[in-house]
Amino acid sequence: MLHEAIARPRPADAASLAAWTLAAQVVDPEIPVLTIEDLGVLRSVTVTNDAVAVTLTPTYSGCPAMDAMRDDVLEVLASAGYENVSVRLVLSPAWTTDWMSEIGKNKLREYGIAAPTGHATVRGSGPAGPIRLTLAVKCPRCSSLNTRELAHFGSTSCKSLFECRDCLEPFDYFKVL
Amino acid sequence: MAADAPAAAHDDDHGHVAVDVTTLDAELIEGPSVATADVAEYALWLGDDSLILAQQLGAWISRAPELEEDVALGNVALDLIGHARSLLHYAGTASGRTEDDLAYWRTEPDFRSLHIVEQPNGDFAHTIARQFVVAHYLFELYSRLRASADATLAAIAAKAVKEVDYHRDHSTQWVLRLAQGTDESRRRMITALSDLWPYVEEIFRDDPLIDRLGGVAVRPSSLLPAFDAAIAPVLAEAELEVPRGFVASGGGRTGKHSEHLAFLLAEMQVLTRAHPGASW
Repeated sequence: MLHEAIARPRPADAASLAAWTLAAQVVDPEIPVLTIEDLGVLRSVTVTNDAVAVTLTPTYSGCPAMDAMRDDVLEVLASAGYENVSVRLVLSPAWTTDWMSEIGKNKLREYGIAAPTGHATVRGSGPAGPIRLTLAVKCPRCSSLNTRELAHFGSTSCKSLFECRDCLEPFDYFKVL
Repeated sequence: MAADAPAAAHDDDHGHVAVDVTTLDAELIEGPSVATADVAEYALWLGDDSLILAQQLGAWISRAPELEEDVALGNVALDLIGHARSLLHYAGTASGRTEDDLAYWRTEPDFRSLHIVEQPNGDFAHTIARQFVVAHYLFELYSRLRASADATLAAIAAKAVKEVDYHRDHSTQWVLRLAQGTDESRRRMITALSDLWPYVEEIFRDDPLIDRLGGVAVRPSSLLPAFDAAIAPVLAEAELEVPRGFVASGGGRTGKHSEHLAFLLAEMQVLTRAHPGASW
């Protein structure tokens, strides 16, 4: 699948894939049900001789969880015996919620956070910016679509705050970016 | 901002302080990218705008009209800090300085930020008016900077444009609510726009640096038609007029600032300067 190849560019060679599989276990410290592979934050793992080069991309420019994810990747690879590990952050191509895996979205819902709906960007050739297409947000508790946004910004950069008009509970929504 | 390798620990007037060797943050951008002097100056312009505005917005946390607004302005500030870190990191590659060197160890004549971002927070309407102008400007800027001939600036812009799109929407909603709310909220919104508008002209002024940068930079004057077109329908719906009046002298891009910036920097820099290299 073309989309999966962009969202989760797993390396082709066995040595790199083994290191990728280890790095892919690292979770988001704020949303510990999601791995960095589910998120699409893990961008590349390359093993050459004994050196491992990992690249990650931040979800949001100022996301403070990036430092923790970087440290955790270093730790998981070091404890597996890799001695020479480097982790770099890259900004391009810019991360998008379109890269979140379906498995990740299901885990997010079970965790009580509504998963991003719709797609993030329609890129034109002109100067127009990204166009967000957001569908109705489903309550992660009672599955009602009768919900409304309380606040654009939530407990972390990636979330906004919603409430369900049927079960009356507030909930976090992982907003489309 | 990575800080490891404890170098020394000592007691000072403020108690026990561990002083670490602060290391360069990991390279943010793919590939070896060192900015030329002109590109670094341009990155400094944009990075300083975001840094100063983020510092201003941080002051609202715990003081906004409602809890959701504390969170919103804090999130907007966090995005702007992210942009500032990327831009200042890149600017620093030209002179061997870190993003922290640039943020904490320059004085106001070395800052290149626009006057609009150093305007005081004022009441909530003033902060919203400032957000409304700056977020719309940044959205138009980053939309075009994505096509910069400089790959690093293009990458930072492609990331930032998606975030400032939310900031633009946030401020727009508040302009409408305040203008169409009570008589008092409308009066404050009108006052805020009128107080702020003298500082709008500087945003779209072309500096000689822009001529030298060619396809690397976005010509500020070229953004004005799109900016006007974006804010016009909002102001029309809010039944607000674009204030007409005097134009402030500006000069932020050459290091001329009002007294506001000195107080802001004093607060932002005091801790780092009191405890160089400290981490916690």
